[in-house]
Amino acid sequence: MTQYLLIESRDPFESNDVSYYYDLARGLAESGNQVTLLLVQNGVLSARPSAHSAALGALARSGVTVLADDFSVQERGIARLAEGVVAAPIDVVVDHLAAGHKTLWH
Amino acid sequence: MPKKTLTIALMDPPYESENLTTAFRILDIAARRGYDINVFAYEGASGLAFVRQMPHPNPVHGKDVAEENHPTTKDQVAALLAAAEQNGGKVDWVNCGMCVDERGVNEFVPGTRRGSPADFHAFAEASDNVLVIPTK
Amino acid sequence: MAKKTLNIVESAYRAVMEEQDDTILWLLAAMQGAGAEHTVVLRGNAVNYAVASQGVPGLTIGKWKQTQAPKMDRDVLDLIEKRKIPVYVIVEDLADRGIERSELVPGVQLLSRMELPGLFTEFALVTHW
Repeated sequence: MTQYLLIESRDPFESNDVSYYYDLARGLAESGNQVTLLLVQNGVLSARPSAHSAALGALARSGVTVLADDFSVQERGIARLAEGVVAAPIDVVVDHLAAGHKTLWH
Repeated sequence: MPKKTLTIALMDPPYESENLTTAFRILDIAARRGYDINVFAYEGASGLAFVRQMPHPNPVHGKDVAEENHPTTKDQVAALLAAAEQNGGKVDWVNCGMCVDERGVNEFVPGTRRGSPADFHAFAEASDNVLVIPTK
Repeated sequence: MAKKTLNIVESAYRAVMEEQDDTILWLLAAMQGAGAEHTVVLRGNAVNYAVASQGVPGLTIGKWKQTQAPKMDRDVLDLIEKRKIPVYVIVEDLADRGIERSELVPGVQLLSRMELPGLFTEFALVTHW
């Protein structure tokens, strides 16, 4: 089993390529890996409850840990996160890198 | 906390992308932990350490230079180097040479240096992990 | 032995005329020359780099003329043949863009989106460009 951190900086309102990245996270998890998806920057916009946040809930239910960078969340005034998404400090990136987890940025 | 060596590749030029805000936040954490950090500043990022950057006032908000205290990435780079050293780590910040040349930004923050893709390869080989932050 | 690195490249035609290269493919070729062991997956719009017979003449601006206009298909072939860097393209991204497999330069390997996660296990590092 390999551990992955996938960092998503884009949002589904401006980029329809975000679904590829969510699918990659799911595919890695379904292959038996431990996967964390960290939303940063405008990527957290999909974590505000909306029509687009259902995809994140589905990812969480499929076994992906879905985090939202707390700085990006606060910067955008997102008062409440969608189901399945947890706020986290950016330290988690350094935690994952230091632990040798394969880390990708989209 | 065991010491780690991390490599980060950056591509965005200063003042154009939130990628760099996040990148510097990540680098700051690593520096405070005393890690050794390698940065390969590629393409637009080769201007991050350009020492001739200058802050400016903000006439829209009625602030002079001192009041506005506008960030410059060269100061953030210098602060990063200092933070790493204070915490027992070091930063090897390489500005890709050809990228520097074509942008005319060949004066760097002291402690950073000119380099090439061979440095990025050497960094990757010597590091515990690598993160590439691409540009769009 | 160098760390095997999988590079997923999706950025396409960004500043290629100015740089006379795709700067990511160029970087990987340069690193390979320094001893790296890279593999490339072209996805998204970057699958278009594998389309044969592409490219334009050099730019002309006033009296200034560009003499080394880039050709992405040539650079993909260079990666495969000269640098020995395996290059994959995502087949669904080809289909989405109406690109027939017969249009591709020789040597490019086909990969389904579903196969991409499995490929990760073969590499020490995975980067996304």
